[in-house]
Amino acid sequence: MSLTLSRRSFLAGSAALAAIRSTRAQAQSKPVRIGLLTVKTGPLAAGGIQMEQGTIRFFKDRNYTLAGRKVDLVVADTGGNPAGTKTKTQELVERENVDMIFGPLAAFELLAITDYAAQAKMPILSLAAAEDMTQRRPNPYFIRASATSSQNMHPLAEYAAKELKFKRVITLADDFAFGHEQMAGFQRVFEDAGGRVVKKLWPPLSTPDYTPYLAQISGADAVVQGFAGSNPLKFMKQYRDQGLKLPVLGGGTACDDALLKSYGDEAVGMVSCSAYTGDLDTPSNKRLIDGMVRDYGNIPGLYSAGLYINGQVAEAALEKTGGKTDDREAFNLALRAVSLTDTPRGPFSFDHFGNVVGNFYIRRCERKGDRLVNTTIKTYTKVSQFWTYDEKWFLSQPVYSRDYPPLKG
Amino acid sequence: MSLWLVLAVNSVTLGGLLFLLSAGFSLIFGLMKIPNLTHGSFFMLGAYLAATLIGWGLDFWTAAVVAGLLVAAFGGAIERLILRRLAGAELAQVLVTLGLSFMVADVCLKVWTGDPIRIDTPRALAGVASFGGLAFPAYRLAISVIAVGFAVALWALLDRTRLGAMIRAGVDDPAMARVAGIRVSRLFTIVFCLGAWLAGFAGVIGGPILSVYPGLDQEMLPLALVVVILGGSGSLLGSLLGSFVVGFLYNFGQALFPELAYVVLFLPMLIVLVVRPQGLFGRPAV
Repeated sequence: MSLTLSRRSFLAGSAALAAIRSTRAQAQSKPVRIGLLTVKTGPLAAGGIQMEQGTIRFFKDRNYTLAGRKVDLVVADTGGNPAGTKTKTQELVERENVDMIFGPLAAFELLAITDYAAQAKMPILSLAAAEDMTQRRPNPYFIRASATSSQNMHPLAEYAAKELKFKRVITLADDFAFGHEQMAGFQRVFEDAGGRVVKKLWPPLSTPDYTPYLAQISGADAVVQGFAGSNPLKFMKQYRDQGLKLPVLGGGTACDDALLKSYGDEAVGMVSCSAYTGDLDTPSNKRLIDGMVRDYGNIPGLYSAGLYINGQVAEAALEKTGGKTDDREAFNLALRAVSLTDTPRGPFSFDHFGNVVGNFYIRRCERKGDRLVNTTIKTYTKVSQFWTYDEKWFLSQPVYSRDYPPLKG
Repeated sequence: MSLWLVLAVNSVTLGGLLFLLSAGFSLIFGLMKIPNLTHGSFFMLGAYLAATLIGWGLDFWTAAVVAGLLVAAFGGAIERLILRRLAGAELAQVLVTLGLSFMVADVCLKVWTGDPIRIDTPRALAGVASFGGLAFPAYRLAISVIAVGFAVALWALLDRTRLGAMIRAGVDDPAMARVAGIRVSRLFTIVFCLGAWLAGFAGVIGGPILSVYPGLDQEMLPLALVVVILGGSGSLLGSLLGSFVVGFLYNFGQALFPELAYVVLFLPMLIVLVVRPQGLFGRPAV
C-alpha cells in the first residue's frame, strides 16, 4: 500500500516537474512545425507513402528533436492533384503555421503552389524535378536536394557514350514534363559525346499496353527508358515478353531501389543512374535502410531517402540558426547554405538556385540469391544541374522539352 | 512490313483481353440497363486477389478461377444489397457504381499498398512463339485463344440453354418475361455475378501483361466502355467484334499518331453514338 502510494506520488511529482519543464522549454522555443505535402490516395500513392515513411524515419532517428527544439510534423494528403495541393498548402501555412514544407511529390503539384509559397516566404524542400524551378523561373524559397529531371540523365548519357560505347539509342518515356526533360537531357549529352538519338517515343502516362511502341524498336544499340511510378515495371515486363534483347538504360525512377521488390528477372542487366543508391556505404544510409526494413519491411528508394535527406537539411539549417525559424529570410539562407557529408546519398551542397550539387550513381541491376539489387559501377561526383556546361550558356538555351533539342535528320 | 504484322497480331491479342473485360459489362448493361462503373474495379480486384492467392501457393489458373469467384460474390452482394433498390434510377446507379469504384480503389491501396505487383506468366506459356522470323509472346497468343473460347462458350450459354433463353427474354422485354413466369430478379443476380466473374477473371489473365497497381481500374474502364458502345450493349457478337476493333484502333493509333492516340480511340465511339446509338451490332431500343 505504502509502496503504491509512494510510487503514485512520485509519478504525480515527476509529471508536475515535467509540466513545469515543458512550459519553460516552450517559453524558450515552441516546437518547430514541419508540414509534409504528400500523396496517400490515388495512383501516385506509392511514392507518397514512401515519402511519409522516410520523413517519419528521420524524425524517429532524432527523437523528434532538431537543434534542441521539438518537432511537430503535420502530414497533408494532396490527393495527387494541383487543386488539392493548393488547398493543403494554404492550410499548412495559414492554419497550421508551419515553419517549412517538405514535398510535394509531383512537378504539377509544385507548380500550383510555387508563387503562393514564395509570397508567403515559405521554404519548400521538394523532390519535384521540374527544371525551371531552379533555372529560368527560380523561387528563392525552393530547395531541391534530390535532382532535376535531367540531372540523372546527363551522367547516364556520358556513361552510355563513353564507357558502354553505344552509338544509337531509342528513348521511351511517359508523355509529360518529367519524361520530356529527362530525355532531352540525355539527348544533349549523348549527342555531344558523339552518339545519336534515333527515335523518341512518348506513350501517354496511362498506357496499359506498350506493344505499339515496342513494335517500333529497331535499328539501335540500346533503349533508354524514363518511366515513373508503376510504369517501368509494366514496360520492362512487356519488353522482355516481346523477346526484345537490346540493353536497357534508365533514369532514377526507372530502376529505383524501392521498385526492385516488384521487379522480376526482366530488370536484370538494366543500367540506371540515380541520386540515391542502396549500396552506398555511409552511416546514415545504413541507419535509414535498417530503420525502413525494421519499421516498414521496405527497402528505401528515391522517395523515402529523399525525405530523410530533407530532414537532414532542415536539421543542419536549424543548427546554424541556433534553432531559430522566426526570421524566415535568415532561415531560408541557412537552408541554402547547407553542405553535408554523411547522408544516404553521399556528400552534397546547393548551387545559388537552391538545387543540389552532389553524387550520381550508375548502377547495374543484378540478381543476388532470391532478390534483385542495384550494384554501383561508377560514381559521378559534384554533379551540377548544368552538368559540365557553362551556366550562362545553359540558361540561354530553351528549357528541355518534348521537341527540344530536336531530333537530327 | 514486319511492324504492321506485329501490330496486327498485338491488336488481336489486346482485343482478346478486352473481350473478356467487356463481355460482362455488355451483358449487365444489356439486361439490367445498369452502366456499371465498378467494372474496372472488378478487373483490378481480380488481379490483386490472384496475386495474393498465387503468393499462397495456388497455381495461376486456379487462382484466376478462384479470384473470379470472389469478385463474383462481391458483385452479387452489390447487386442484391444496393443496385436492386435503384432499379430504373440511372443517375443513382451511375453515382453508386462510381462511388463504389473509388471505395474499392482506396481499400485496395490499404490492403495491397501502392506498390505495383507483378504476376508471373504461367510457365508453360512464358516463351516466345516465332513465325517467319517474327517473335510473339506465347502468352498473348494464348489470351486470344482463351477469349475466342469464352466467346463460343458464352454464345452457347445464351443461345443454346434454357438460362440463356431466359436472359435473352429478359433483355428483350423484362415485363413480358416476368409475365411468362421468368424470375427476372434472380436472372439479374446471375448475370451480374457472371459479369463480375468475367471481369475479375480478365484482370488475372491480364495480370502477367499489365501487372497490377493503383489506377489500373480507371485505365481499363474507358476501354470497356468504348468496346460496348462500338459493339452495342447486350450483344455478344458486338462485344467480340468491338473488342477487336478497339484492339486495332489502340495499337495502330498509338503507333501511327501517338499524339492523337485518344482521338483515334474515342472518335469512332463518338461517331457511332451520334449516327447509330445502339452500337454497330445492337438492336435499336424498342
